[in-house]
Amino acid sequence: MNLDYTPDELAFRDEVRAWIKQAYDAELKQLMSQSKNGYLDKAGQVKWQKKLAAKGWAAPGWPVQYGGPDWTPTQRYIFQSETSAAGCPIVSPMGIAMVAYVIMEYGSEAQKQRFLPKILNTDECWCQGYSEPGSGSDLASLQMSAVRDGDHYVLNGSKIWTTHAQWADWIFCLVRTNREAKAQSGITFLLADMRTPGISIRSLPSLDGPIDGEQEVNQLFFENVRVPVENRIGEEGLGWTYAKYLLQFERGTAYGSLLRYLLAKIRRIAREQPANSGGLLIDDPDFRRRYAELAVRVEAVDAAELRFFSSVESGTAIGAMSSMFKLVGTELQQALSEFAVEALGPDALPFVQDSFAEVRGRAPPVRPIPDHAAAVTPLYFNYRKTSIYAGTNEIQRNLLARHVLSAAGVRG
Amino acid sequence: MDFDYSVEQNLLRDTLASYLADHYDFETRRAAVAAPAGWRPKIWADLAERLNLLGAPFPEEFGGLGGGAVENAIVMEELGKALVVEPYLGTVVIGGGLLKQAGGALAAQWLPRVIAGEVVLAFAGAERQARYDLGQVATTATPRNGGYVLDGRKTGVTGGPWASHFLVTARTGAGLSLLLVDAQAEGITRSDYPTIDGGRASDLVFEQVLVPADRLLGAEGGALPLVERVADEAVCALCAEAVGAMRRMLAETVVYASQRKQFGAPLASFQVLQHRMADMFTALEQSAALTLVATMKLDRPADERALAASAAKAQVDKAAKFVGESAVQIHGGMGITEELSLGHYFRRCTAIAAQFGNADFHLRRYADLSLAAA
Ligand SMILES: Cc1cc2nc3c(=O)[nH]c(=O)nc-3n(C[C@H](O)[C@H](O)[C@H](O)COP(=O)(O)OP(=O)(O)OC[C@H]3O[C@@H](n4cnc5c(N)ncnc54)[C@H](O)[C@@H]3O)c2cc1C
Ligand SMILES: Cc1cc2nc3c(=O)[nH]c(=O)nc-3n(C[C@H](O)[C@H](O)[C@H](O)COP(=O)(O)OP(=O)(O)OC[C@H]3O[C@@H](n4cnc5c(N)ncnc54)[C@H](O)[C@@H]3O)c2cc1C
Repeated sequence: MNLDYTPDELAFRDEVRAWIKQAYDAELKQLMSQSKNGYLDKAGQVKWQKKLAAKGWAAPGWPVQYGGPDWTPTQRYIFQSETSAAGCPIVSPMGIAMVAYVIMEYGSEAQKQRFLPKILNTDECWCQGYSEPGSGSDLASLQMSAVRDGDHYVLNGSKIWTTHAQWADWIFCLVRTNREAKAQSGITFLLADMRTPGISIRSLPSLDGPIDGEQEVNQLFFENVRVPVENRIGEEGLGWTYAKYLLQFERGTAYGSLLRYLLAKIRRIAREQPANSGGLLIDDPDFRRRYAELAVRVEAVDAAELRFFSSVESGTAIGAMSSMFKLVGTELQQALSEFAVEALGPDALPFVQDSFAEVRGRAPPVRPIPDHAAAVTPLYFNYRKTSIYAGTNEIQRNLLARHVLSAAGVRG
Repeated sequence: MDFDYSVEQNLLRDTLASYLADHYDFETRRAAVAAPAGWRPKIWADLAERLNLLGAPFPEEFGGLGGGAVENAIVMEELGKALVVEPYLGTVVIGGGLLKQAGGALAAQWLPRVIAGEVVLAFAGAERQARYDLGQVATTATPRNGGYVLDGRKTGVTGGPWASHFLVTARTGAGLSLLLVDAQAEGITRSDYPTIDGGRASDLVFEQVLVPADRLLGAEGGALPLVERVADEAVCALCAEAVGAMRRMLAETVVYASQRKQFGAPLASFQVLQHRMADMFTALEQSAALTLVATMKLDRPADERALAASAAKAQVDKAAKFVGESAVQIHGGMGITEELSLGHYFRRCTAIAAQFGNADFHLRRYADLSLAAA
């Protein structure tokens, strides 16, 4: 057991740092500091991901044959902590961190060649069409129908909460191809071109108050949408198996470094905001005590993740432990975003709708608060999503309980 | 001891509730706060003329209904349930409260105008460097030609764009003074902005603004006790508003949980959600009780009053956060959209938590007051 980096690892860390220094430019930084939901706008997101791709670092988890960087678990950890510590944007997960793994595992050779390079290079953006108005936690009850008609499936129904559907070139969806079978076995996994006639998008503005076009989630309507059979993943009726495989990647995020970034944002706020008793918040004993409590919780998550991920190889799914990390990680994300609001005090009140206005050269709104304050309360509202998406925290606790009990041979 | 409303108080509540049910539905409100004006003067006129509501907490000699802080709490709870943005807090609770406490000719002249809905008041007390400390004021009022010259900056003036007059705190020599200033007076620069709860606020710059001597509330240099008292009244009113919002969030959650089905069963059948709703109920009930206690202590000696107000605000902010976050969570994806009123209650409660001292501020104030004697 050893916590120290080897000389090679230290050299790698320096290489990452040096790259970030030149690649993470002023425009991207400005966007990131004003983000109300953790993402940049589409142009910023694509720009960042293309820079990563050019360096060969866009998809740390991918096997090397598809363009992954062939890192050790420690290198992956270093990369994540360095990018997070510098406050770099996250990579939009739907392509690189989701559908790609299904294509690699279950896709045809033609699908791999058609889709993977464009995902890796962010030449095409993806969205995820699982949830429906009637099917959220109980995903297996989904109803969107796909009826075979010659070389096509004809899709009818609705998807909801589809993240950044308005930016997407492609959608991967779960559809029902068989109503007779048991719920799970009537589901098929399809890839659809978002430009196919019959798909329409309705924006669903979330509590952070996005401007039109920057909304995070949408509802999609499918009216007689014809999808070629060649865009099916694997076999008809096995979509649930593929989706379950993918879920383990969706939940396999490491939170520690993201949480450290949120702590850094809070420190920045506290260095600039006044305290009630005069002076700066960073010197206020109440603030310091609460900061330390939260920071210690972050240390605990980080340590557990470091210990766990250092033993996991690239490209493998991580199972039940991911529920635990999702729970502690998202609850801390929420606690930190809430603490940031309290740190702002009265500056939590003004609402900046178009927080990207200045950097994008749109008419800047009246800004009664400093830059470091503009997106903080919206982010707190937005982060309510973290205990809802990717399997709600209630569902995660159900799963984790089952795991804890089954370890003792008990069924929950 | 008596926690029950009188016949008149019940009538006040029911009249307002039924007016709001008819005129303040969520969709209409939503359109109004999104429009440039951000409020509906017609509603304000109705509250004054049709309901005679703006006189609720004022003595009859000024044309009021003879009530007090409890009446404010009753009104604010109903306003909280309907997410009303019109400036009852700024005009009646704070503006009217300051005039009432100051008394004298100014009260006799201006309270009837408040009650008639002729004036809209906004409190300009906060300054950026002072965070929540209303006693830390850099704005100055310099005596000149029998009046004052006002210079300085105020921030976070709720309802600023709608105000006909501002109540401005300013330093006069050693003490703090309070002035009633025409919003249109020369030398005032106002920048307006929306707030996270759909409201509007302003930052103000005063440059050489002339204020006549008869616009001074109370004694020159003696405004701090007045401001602190009325700030506690505002705190209690905000707590009552949050209680109203919490009631609606819990009610909507219970309905949603019994209608929405997953896994073939209503959400309400999952025990973890049942327990969460039970905890929401508990948080709400304690908040409502503590708010009433603090409201009834507003006339007690300053330290006792302040202790109760700070206890209420700390408890209510925490409870409202828990109730709001839980309501969102139980609604799943629907909870994070702007489409349901739920999210708007949640945002309003978040704003309340940041007004007139957040939980941190009030916990420290509580600690200072309650441990001072020990
Ligand atoms: C910001 C955001 C982005 C999203 N992006 C996408 C996307 O890109 N693609 C996509 O397909 N989906 C996406 N989702 C949808 C997400 O996966 C669903 O919101 C989630 O699965 C919950 O479903 P629901 O919203 O229908 O809530 P429901 O399932 O109706 O749940 C409501 C409440 O009931 C609780 N509950 C449900 N069942 C149980 C149970 N058995 N025991 C105890 N409690 C239970 C839940 O925990 C929750 O608190 C996104 C959601 C959000 C908020
Ligand atoms: C200090 C003490 C003094 C007591 N004095 C008396 C006395 O004077 N007279 C007397 O008659 N009894 C007395 N009791 C007994 C007491 O009433 C029981 O302990 C209590 O009713 C719980 O029963 P149990 O201990 O059998 O636990 P169980 O009923 O077996 O419960 C075990 C756990 O399961 C949980 N649980 C059970 N059912 C559910 C459910 N439906 N949903 C979710 N969770 C559930 C419980 O909350 C608990 O956490 C006393 C107990 C204590 C600890």
